[in-house]
Amino acid sequence: MTILAIDPLLDGDLLWTPIIIVALKVLVIFVVGLVGTMFMVWFERKMIAGMQNRVGPNKAGPFGMLQTLADGMKLIFKEGFVPDRADSLVYRLAPFLAFVPAFLVWSVLPLGGDFRDGNGGVVTWFGEETRVQLADPPVGILLVLALSSIAVYGIMLAGWSSGSKYPLLGAVRATAQMVSYEAALGLSLAAVLLAAGTLSTSGIVGAQSSLSDWHIVATGVLPFVIFMIAATAELNRPPFDLVEAEQELVGGFNTEYSAFRFALFFLAEFMNVITMSAVIVTLFLGGPQPIRFGDTTLDIPLINNGLEGTIWFLLKVFVFLYVYVWLRGTLPRLRYDQLMDFGWKVLIPVSLGWFLLLAALRVGDGQDWNAVAVTAVSLGVFAVSYLLFAAATRASERNREGATS
Amino acid sequence: MTLVVFVLASIMVLGGGVGVVIMRNPVHAALSLVLTLFGVAVHFVAMEAHFLAAVQVIVYAGAIVVLFLFVLMLLGVDKVENLRIEPLAVQRPLAAVMGMALVGLIVAAVIDTRDAVLTGVGGGIDVAANTALAEEVGGHDANIRQLSDNLFSQYVFAFELTSVLLVVAVAATVLMTRKLPDRPDDGGGGE
Repeated sequence: MTILAIDPLLDGDLLWTPIIIVALKVLVIFVVGLVGTMFMVWFERKMIAGMQNRVGPNKAGPFGMLQTLADGMKLIFKEGFVPDRADSLVYRLAPFLAFVPAFLVWSVLPLGGDFRDGNGGVVTWFGEETRVQLADPPVGILLVLALSSIAVYGIMLAGWSSGSKYPLLGAVRATAQMVSYEAALGLSLAAVLLAAGTLSTSGIVGAQSSLSDWHIVATGVLPFVIFMIAATAELNRPPFDLVEAEQELVGGFNTEYSAFRFALFFLAEFMNVITMSAVIVTLFLGGPQPIRFGDTTLDIPLINNGLEGTIWFLLKVFVFLYVYVWLRGTLPRLRYDQLMDFGWKVLIPVSLGWFLLLAALRVGDGQDWNAVAVTAVSLGVFAVSYLLFAAATRASERNREGATS
Repeated sequence: MTLVVFVLASIMVLGGGVGVVIMRNPVHAALSLVLTLFGVAVHFVAMEAHFLAAVQVIVYAGAIVVLFLFVLMLLGVDKVENLRIEPLAVQRPLAAVMGMALVGLIVAAVIDTRDAVLTGVGGGIDVAANTALAEEVGGHDANIRQLSDNLFSQYVFAFELTSVLLVVAVAATVLMTRKLPDRPDDGGGGE
């Protein structure tokens, strides 16, 4: 039965031990996801407070760490009401549509395991060989893309079903923004797939065994930067948070939501930050692979390689969590036309061009072409396309001005 | 197990399809369409076409229906409509005839090819039971490799022509929505 994931654990007959291990994995991912989100909310509030010279949450628990728990309890016990003009079915459905994809992405990410010496991330638990990831489907990373394109439904339907104008405006902004940046996200992802030569997440991690193989280096940094920017836009985080621009839209798509349903949106939003960080780490920074230059591996002593993978993974994810908070504390929000211009006129052409260059270099590698010549020709083609593009933009601007005058 | 998956996915597809037709609110109808598309994706996975399943979700559910909904919301036609008003009189009888014709066509095709499709274990679409075949096509990237082999060798002209078609469509849309400066009226808008 290959409908199930390809995991050495699930080969052969289904016995009790594998079933229990899979159930445990599901439980651990769920609990760690929720606790991680709690931590992330606290971390962000505390960090932002530090950057803005405030104290931040400091009453509930040590360093105010239990503040999120208190807020969550309050939201759960509040009365959840449905506005009069809301479409009641869709209004109730939308929070779950936002929440479930955020969780599901975790099922395909390798969260640890031993990827050294061609081990492929396989570890042995209770005498069973398995991976430290819930499922390793053949289309792995495409599932992440699919789920991130499904996530837009939650926001969009929440805004529409509220039956009120500010949420609708927020939802329309969110949809346009997420659909626009998905293209840049996909194109920079394609560069990684080109380098890795596989779609499966464990394969992508397996291809990044030393520092020079990490896809951030192997694809030449640019796809990483574009992916990072596009991911920020997908997450609706500052500086791309027009979806919930408080000064303009009250609260954005979730204005009419309260109590538990609001808590679900809140949870999904913060969980998505962790999820996206984990995806970036998996794609570009080797996931659970330890840092390795040439032949020397930065090994953590006394810990076995399987567990060490998880530690490396968490350390790398932390870096990105901090970067996201940092971006929020630093950058002002973009104007809507700037957002769209940036997405369509900068990110998409640049990521497409870079992808073509990488593809050309790869073809040249197989055909014994001169890499310098390939690059020079490609750059020439890019220069011509850029000039055409600039001419097209100028013509459209002229037309627009002509139409308005 | 395969049967259970098939039945559940088929319920999703059919339920969604019926929903698209009978829902009075356009947004609910669009959501039913999403259900149908997901059901089709499940069918693809059950037939080992993982890549098609992923693309089905990304392109159809993730982009096309999102655009449907976007247009519905933007134009403000997301309200229940009075179905008694009929702008095109022949529309409904014609739709019924076309629908029946399509059903007839599919049934005819199924009857015509019922001997051609191998439905036994290890034949046709069920590669899991055939170990030699599963070895060959069951690898992690076998799906996408085979697809790209077909796409970029046998069907490369059709593929490239499709891309030309898309570019033409985009250019035409831009031209239709463009407000030309020399035209006195406001140019009209495509959707």
